[in-house]
Order: sequence, then C-alpha cells, then structure tokens
Amino acid sequence: MAKLDLSIAIGGAAGQGIATPGDILARIFVRRGLHLNAYNAYQSIVRGGHIFLTLRTSEDPVLSFGDKIDIMIPLNQDTMSRHLGLMKSGSAVLYNGDKIKPSEAATGVQLCPFSVKQLAPNIKGDLVQNTIALAAVLQLIGVEFKMLEDILTLQFKRKGQAVIDENVGVARAGYEYAASHFKPLPFSLPNTGKPLAFFEGNQALAMGGAAAGVRFYCAYPMSPSSGVLHWMARHARQLDIMVRQVEDEIGVINMAIGAAHAGCRAMCATSGGGFALMTEGLGAAAMMEIPLVCINVQRAGPATGVPTKTEQGDLWQVMGAGQGDYPRIIVAPTTIPDCFKTVPQLFNLVDRFQCPGIILSDLLLSEGRSSIDPSELDFAVPIERGAMIGLNGSLPPLNGGYKRYEFTGSGISPRAIPGTPGFAHVVATDDHDEDGVLISDEFTNPHKRQAMHEKRMRKMEGILPMIDPPRLWGDENAGVTLVGWGSTQGVIREAIEKLSREEGIAVNALQIKWIVPLHVREIASTLSRSKKVIIVENNYSGQFARYLRSETGIAADGHIRKYDGEPFMPHHIVNGVKEILAGQTKQYVPVHEIMV
Amino acid sequence: MNVATVEIEAKGTAQPRGKVNLTIKDFKGKAEPDWCAGCGDFGVLSALKQALLELHILPHQALVISGIGCSSNLPGYVSTYGMHTLHGRALSVATGAQMANHELKVIVTGGDGDGYGIGGNHFIHTMRRNVDLTYIVMNNQIYGLTTGQLSPTSVKGMATKSTPFGSVENPINPIPLAIAAGATYVARGYTGQVKHLVELIKGGIQHKGFALIDAFSPCVTFNHDNGHEFFKQKTFKLEDRKHDPTDFAAAMKYGYEWGDEIAIGLFWKRTDLPALDDLEPVLREGGPLARRALGISPDVAKSLIRELM
Repeated sequence: MAKLDLSIAIGGAAGQGIATPGDILARIFVRRGLHLNAYNAYQSIVRGGHIFLTLRTSEDPVLSFGDKIDIMIPLNQDTMSRHLGLMKSGSAVLYNGDKIKPSEAATGVQLCPFSVKQLAPNIKGDLVQNTIALAAVLQLIGVEFKMLEDILTLQFKRKGQAVIDENVGVARAGYEYAASHFKPLPFSLPNTGKPLAFFEGNQALAMGGAAAGVRFYCAYPMSPSSGVLHWMARHARQLDIMVRQVEDEIGVINMAIGAAHAGCRAMCATSGGGFALMTEGLGAAAMMEIPLVCINVQRAGPATGVPTKTEQGDLWQVMGAGQGDYPRIIVAPTTIPDCFKTVPQLFNLVDRFQCPGIILSDLLLSEGRSSIDPSELDFAVPIERGAMIGLNGSLPPLNGGYKRYEFTGSGISPRAIPGTPGFAHVVATDDHDEDGVLISDEFTNPHKRQAMHEKRMRKMEGILPMIDPPRLWGDENAGVTLVGWGSTQGVIREAIEKLSREEGIAVNALQIKWIVPLHVREIASTLSRSKKVIIVENNYSGQFARYLRSETGIAADGHIRKYDGEPFMPHHIVNGVKEILAGQTKQYVPVHEIMV
Repeated sequence: MNVATVEIEAKGTAQPRGKVNLTIKDFKGKAEPDWCAGCGDFGVLSALKQALLELHILPHQALVISGIGCSSNLPGYVSTYGMHTLHGRALSVATGAQMANHELKVIVTGGDGDGYGIGGNHFIHTMRRNVDLTYIVMNNQIYGLTTGQLSPTSVKGMATKSTPFGSVENPINPIPLAIAAGATYVARGYTGQVKHLVELIKGGIQHKGFALIDAFSPCVTFNHDNGHEFFKQKTFKLEDRKHDPTDFAAAMKYGYEWGDEIAIGLFWKRTDLPALDDLEPVLREGGPLARRALGISPDVAKSLIRELM
C-alpha cells in the first residue's frame, strides 16, 4: 500500500483563529505516530491580511510542505478566491456556505459547504466555523470523533462544562453533517502506534540552548526570531535561565558578552537587521576571546524588507560581520531537529575555541514545524567547557603569574573567570599582549600585534577536524549535483527523489551545514566527480555560489534561485533542474504560484 | 588609610582563606597610565583605588569595565579583573556580568562621550533597571582621544575642532537625566577634590542599585574653557549646604544649576527600590548563575518533551 501523503491547508485573515485548528491537527497527526511538516505563510499584520497554513503528514519523515493540497479550509472569501484555482482533482474544500462562495473549481474537486447558521444556530462569533470545519475534515480522513472530543474537552477545561458541551456539540454536528453529505477521502488516517512530538525551529533552537546549559539569554524582539525569546522566557524560572529583553541589539550582544565573560553560557537571537547592529560586538567577543552563540534567523531583506517572509540573504552579512579578521564559527542547521542538535555542539566548540559562534537559521526553519521522535530529543548532551579556570574545583598553580592570552600552539589560552583569586586580568577590545596589556599602551609594537593576531587566528585550524563534512544525498554517481546550504535540505532531497521517480533523472545533493570553517577539500572532491553542479539558494545574487567559488575555485554550471519571500517547493527545483539540464537556461528563478 | 587588614571568606570557588594586609599598591595595575600630565583622570584612578582599599574589596572581587576613550583605559591601571570593551557599550557588558555573577563588585568607568553620547541608550535603560553597578563618568566635556571634538556635555557656544565657530547645541545634563531615568544614587565629584570623590565612590559602591558618579575631570590638552581654574572657582559641596539627598525637588534644582555656582556631592539617593538582581527570581537561591552546574535533569527533559506531544 502506498504511503500516506496528506496536505491540509487552512487560510484566512489574521485574527480568524487559524493557529488553533492547525495545532489540533498537528497534535492528532503526531499522536498517531505520523510525521509532520508545516509552513505558515503570513503577513506583518495583527488583524486582517491573509494567512495560509499548510500541514503535511505521512508515515515517513516529511521533508517539505510539498507541492499539493488535498484539503483546504478557507475561512473567508479571500482565501477561497486566491486558492481554489490551484486545487486539483481528488481534493476537497470545506467552507461556511453562508458567507463564502466558490468560483469555478477544477473537475474532481469536491466542494463541501456547510451552514454555520444551521449547525450552530445559538453560537455567536465566527470561530465556530473553525470547529465545524475541523470536525468535518476529521470525518473525511477517517479519524474517530472521540479524539476531537478529548482535545476540545482539554482545550476548554478552564472555561467550564457548559462551554465544553457547547463546543463538543457543535463539533459533533459538523462531524455528522460531513458523514452524511461529503465523500470521504479514499483512506483512513493511519496510526503507527508510536507517538511523535512536534516543534517549531525556534523552539528547537531554544531547547538546544537549554540542553547545552545556557544560563543567560537576551534578545530584542524581532520577527522571525522572537520564538526563541518566548520559549526562553516561558521556561526561565523552571530551568534557571536568566532571560533579559534589552533596549537594542547592540545592548543584546554586549550583555551576552558580559555574562559569558563572567562564566555563563550565553546566547542571543535576532534577525538580519538586529544582527547588523551586533556585528561590532561579535568582533569584540572574538578579540577578548569570549565564547557565545548568536542566532540570526534570516528574513527577506534588505532593511526592514519583508518581515514575515523567508530568505537566505544574510550569508555575506554574517561572513563579513565586524571589522578585521577574527576567528568564529558559522553554521546553518539543515532541518528543524538539526537546530536542536546543533546548539549544544556549537557551544562545546565556542567554549573550547573561545570565539563567537553564529547560527544561520531562517523563517522557513525557525517558524516551520516538524515532527520529531521524542527519543531523538536527547537533553543529556556532553558539555565541554574547554580550558577554564575558577569555575569549580582547584586552581592551577600560578607559575610566575597568569597570562590570559598566553601564546600556545593551538592558540587557545586558559581563561579565568572573574572572581577567581590570583588570576585577575584585563580583557580588551584593543589588541593586547599575552598579559592583556594594550599594545598601544606600551608603544605600538608590530611584532607583538602580528604574534597575537596569529595566535587568535590559529584557533581556526583546530575547528575543522571537529566538525562533520557535508553529506551527499542520493546516488553518488548521479553526475548531477545540487548544492544547497542550511534550511533547504528537505526540499532539495524531496526534489531529487521526485526527479528520479517522475522524470528518471538521477541527481544527488550536497547540503552544506558548516559554513565557516568550510570543508573545502571534501566539497571540491565531491563536486569534481559531478558533470553538472547546480546551486540552489533562497536569495537573489547567489551568495553561496560566490562563496563556494572563492573557497574552491568551482563555478557552478547552473543556479536555481528564489527571492520572492516564499520558500522553494519541490517542483520549483525539479523544473529548474530540467530546464538547466536541457540547456534552456543557466539560472532558473521559479514563479511562486500561491499568492500568499 | 593606607593599609587594611582583610579577612578572606571562603566563597564559591576554591579561595584561599586567612588574613591579608591590603595596601594601595595592591591595586596598581599592569600598565602605567598614558594620560597627559595634569589630566583629571589621575584623580579618579587614585580615588577609586582608595575607595576599594577602604571598603576592603580584594582585587579579584571587583570587575572594572570600561568602554573606549582616554578615561576608558582605566581598567588597565588597576589590579582588579577588568574589561576594556567597545565604545559606549560598557554598561551593557556590565549588566550581563553583574547578572551572571551578582557577588562581583562591578564598577564601570568611562567618559562623557562614551556614556552620554554613543552609549546614551544603554545609560538610560541601565538606570531604569536599577542594575547594581557603580558608574563613574570622567566628564571632561570634550572628545580627547580623537583630539578635541564636541562632546554631549560641551557647553553651548564652545569652539572645538568639529564646531570651529562654536556649538549651537544644548548639552546633556547628566544629573537631572539620571534622577529622572531611575538611578537610585546620583552624585557629582571633581577630580580636584579627591578626598570628597573617594567618599562619593565609596557611597556608590556600597549602594545597592545603580550609582552614577559624574566626575568633572578636566582635559588639560583639548578643553581650555572648563579647566581646573574654572571648577575650583565655581564648585561647592552639597554637603556644605545641608542638602537632603532624598529631596527630589532640591536634587533636581541643584542638578540644573550651571552658572556662577556648580554643585558637587550627593544629589539624590533612594534605598526603597530593589536592584535588578534582587528582583530576578532566578537569582533567589543557588548563588551566582555563572557557577551553577549545567545540564537538564532527566525529569525536566521529560516534561519539556511532553509539551511537544
């Protein structure tokens, strides 16, 4: 039997209550052990506008939000008018026929109007249409009513039995109406018997921080990064994490530096605009050799850009952040679960190498939702703090005094935390000698400056062997390689499966996670075996393509780029590969068909 | 007082116990000051060291944090822990350090351009949060390190390299600003009156909450309008006028005065507002955050995962 591949979309205006039925569906899926990938297309608006949430589920891990919609719930006329034309044969559209009128639908699209006035004559407010539609959907996909009843009971517990009865009653009316009036989909939602969990990328990043032992988190609110702040703030008292909302991002990065220098694991998150304000601070952390983790959740730029839309447009900003050369680690997690795993790993690296670490996420990852097997959420991660003095235990002998920036072969000098007797020292953003004394205080000394600069930069050499080279997905001998970075792994993997299955085209995919340092040798070796290299990225100018060329000398044969604010869908990449391989273009820019 | 006998308590990490005789020399830093001869900042440096000595604060118990500018070189000249951070950002760094280890005595030093200009936003917000810091601003009403441009406290009409025909802007007045923004200890000293300044700094360090000590620290090289002669003639001590630092209206009135007479001393103090670390539930027990064990217990991990199911 073919595996389930079901996508349900809910659309409406901000304020119409799309999140709740979305959450209920997601919980039903994962409780039945089904995987999930969800993406919410929305606007920077609190009321009104257009929101379109797509939830896709399957027994197998779901790599992207997919190409098609099987069931749509338009909560207003605007959603119906925008999306009905894209619904294909076999799909169903459920809506309140009292208020919403369909235009012409494609053959085979089942229109399922219900009347809120008839089914819930005594209930005021528009939210009731959501409950009815949700109940009807569950009927169409063969989910027993009891499941919804339990969820509604839990949801309205605080509001008393009368409210529970009212909502359950309405839901039952919707469920029964669907049973007698609509044609069910040709399957029942399976239950694997192995319940899963689900989370959004920002939660995954925050939880990864908690696992890593983050004790200090600070931020200035900025979409789409605020979810990290919200999770941290909600759990601060439970987990003994100091959470501070700061007056601006300059203050954020510097506050994190202070906390990190005092000995805490410190983390902060922002988006591109806030990151721009943090750049001098990142260089300061590197100069003073203070470890911290900074997350940049990219959104469509430049400037305020499109605040609620995704992009991979900050690669060069992040790589060029701050004046001068300095050691740092830049990593772009490839999936939502990978966000969780990356944070503790990065903390161990930055503690060991005493430098800033930057995580490049984007709206697609950070606000997207993914299922996760709870057994993979391992909070018992190794915590390696590197060479630290005074954190606990006994102090090392003071042989002739402590030198904070002592020259070592690795470039790593043990760092003493303030408050430790005998190890008082000054850290400085001015360049300094081994003692921390400013070079400019003693007369500028080019030899000392050179030696200290080399000591700092030498740390980069130690990092590369500690991180995994990129993984090649698909047939090793395919001859055509798609190169992506960060969040696009899922959609690229799905596209190469689709190319093989539907088009008979063998393509493999190399997804880059660790951006700095870069596995130049491994990447060059993999790509040298490929006849065609096509780079897929969510930006205008091919930022990664230029970086890859600068580091490896490899110029890609083709490019698939998207910069309309929406993420790639699998067919966009499939179409791009076909056109590029056919020699029709070297650079393919898909048109996003869904108007969101 | 030149020698203090200090008993060291065992606290936190492996600390040596016993008694030490502390002298002013114990607070001498690794570098020699590179300030111009006659610079007011020398007065702040010696006053700070004297205050630490008199308060029996051992060098490792204090963290002195500065931004950038002539005066911000100060951490290199004391033997405590020190951070010489970015221009304008010392208060942010200090807030992070104080919250991460609230047992440290965190002292911030810098200049008027650093604190009231480029760091102005942090200045206001650190005061409203009442972070337990002592902030000493060496106010010379000029940008010295960049060789003499207008500062936020340069008086109207002052000719500098960036205002060769005289400034048309009004200066910031840090005293009323600090009182209005929520600082709970607001004082002004003059580096020509070091003993007085020592007392103000001691009061600031002992005060639980945000303490501002604006110190007139004349720049002998670039500011010839507001030099030692100027301040010697005009300053008077609030203590001599029996000023009550809990009197808000009087504090504001003295703070705004800038004419034939300029007040120095303690303008404003209130002890009824808790400092940020006292308000932060995470710090209620368990000691400094920085020293707590890391990691999540299996039970807590389970509850976090349950939220996602």
